[in-house]
Amino acid sequence: MSERLIRAILLTTALLSLISLAVITFFIFQAGVPLIGQVGIAPFIGGTVWNPTGDPKSFGILPMLLGSLYLTVGALIVGVPLGVAVAVFMAELAPRRMAQIMRPAIQLLAGIPSVIYGFVGLTLLAPFVREYLGGPGLSVLTSAIVLGIMIMPNVISISEDAIRAVPNSYREGSLALGATQWQTIWGVVLPAARSGILASVILGMGRALGETMAVIMMIGNALQVPLSPLDSATTLTSNIGLELAYASGQHREALFATGVVLFVLIMALNLIARAVSQQQTN
Amino acid sequence: MMRSNQCAWKSSKLILLSCLLLIATLLASCGQSTSNSITLTGSTSITPFIEHLAELYMHEHPGITINVQGLGSSAGIQAAQNGTAEIGMSSRNLEADEAADLEQLVIAYDALAVIVNPENPIDNLTREQVRDLFDGDLPTWENLNNTPNSVTLVSREAGSGTYSAFDELLMDKQLISNRALRQGSNGAIRQIVADNPDAIGYISLGIVDNSVKAIAIDGVMPSPENVHNQSYTLIRPFLFVWPKSSTLSPEAQAFIDYVLSPEGQRELERSGLVQRGNQ
Repeated sequence: MSERLIRAILLTTALLSLISLAVITFFIFQAGVPLIGQVGIAPFIGGTVWNPTGDPKSFGILPMLLGSLYLTVGALIVGVPLGVAVAVFMAELAPRRMAQIMRPAIQLLAGIPSVIYGFVGLTLLAPFVREYLGGPGLSVLTSAIVLGIMIMPNVISISEDAIRAVPNSYREGSLALGATQWQTIWGVVLPAARSGILASVILGMGRALGETMAVIMMIGNALQVPLSPLDSATTLTSNIGLELAYASGQHREALFATGVVLFVLIMALNLIARAVSQQQTN
Repeated sequence: MMRSNQCAWKSSKLILLSCLLLIATLLASCGQSTSNSITLTGSTSITPFIEHLAELYMHEHPGITINVQGLGSSAGIQAAQNGTAEIGMSSRNLEADEAADLEQLVIAYDALAVIVNPENPIDNLTREQVRDLFDGDLPTWENLNNTPNSVTLVSREAGSGTYSAFDELLMDKQLISNRALRQGSNGAIRQIVADNPDAIGYISLGIVDNSVKAIAIDGVMPSPENVHNQSYTLIRPFLFVWPKSSTLSPEAQAFIDYVLSPEGQRELERSGLVQRGNQ
């Protein structure tokens, strides 16, 4: 009896998560797609002026789309080489005890709330960038550095798993042929773990693209297309987060439409990540 | 086999327990609202002033709870319309369709101050100069204070009451430059201007403190006296709104009476606003 009850409860919870995904998808598209229809896809995605309350109103999200893109690429440039390097160290080089200490420490890094990262970026890094590099300090560069650190735990843990999954016979074969340990890592282990590392990069990309709070605090939210890393910019998420509370009417619909674009981007990334990691298991 | 079954049983019991706990918490939080509480939602510019009044009021009237939520003028107007808050707070004028079904009450007036960093030698700008700075015609400080540094504009986001007031009162249909940083609150703008010697922004006069310098517009300082005698012109109303179709609860009416009372108005003036009676 109780066995079946629990089964029913667990089934309901499982269905609930599916249902909520469906409801969210439906709701966002229902609220956002009509506006894209009114404005037109090309002027919405390609327009450079965002003035949702002006007269005339203008809904162009290109600056935010590019802002998201630049910031994500920047975060990957900072986070991926560092993350993969740490993963290689932990899987291949670190003494067992050291790796045992580092792993929970890195998991802790993943557990820090993003608002704290944003706060550190805002109060420590932004003034430094303004003083020594120029610009307003709240910039793509500042956000990319902090965001790169934020995606590192994801990159590290998934890459490390991928590296550990490389069969030992590969390493032994390489060493037996006279390769040094570094040559083995660079020439054999990393290529063999390639698809797992790629999956970690794509997941990190998703995280960087979706991060909102920390970005609102650090990027300055200017509506220009950033021409230099020291320029302020706006991302798709930070603009929704900044404006949603105050938005009404068409402005609100336009923010949901921004959400639709973001949703499609993230879904595409997830599908790619899935395809890539499945390629590895096959 | 036996062992793994036991394990599964244990963890499913744990999940069941946490589900029950979650439901219990949700139910408990639903049951908390009592008839003696009023909710005011809206403009983040008004929120700090009303929070202050609400504290004083609750101190004198124990047993009444006043929730003040700063979500933005538009959110406040919407909340009043759909009944999620009894009173909405707006720091922008209502649009025609909003005014059709909402009662509105001016509780005070607020002046917008244009602020610069204390290190900036500028004390006075003309309206045209402020407009030229904010629409991007003056990208550097060169012609104003003889430093070659580029101007860091700090503005609010579209939809905020402060933004639309500044836009209406000063920009004269010119678009605010897309180089302007946008921040979600008056406090955040003040913080950036306080930290950055090349920044200029605009905030509620009541929020100005020594960390920034409010400048005169066309030679008129944004002081309470100049706002009273209307020589300072960047002024906007702070509004309470509620649906025309509903009557306010006695608790809400009593709180509004307190806000409008000489005591409440004096308190608002002390925090930097301008009494409604003076307009």
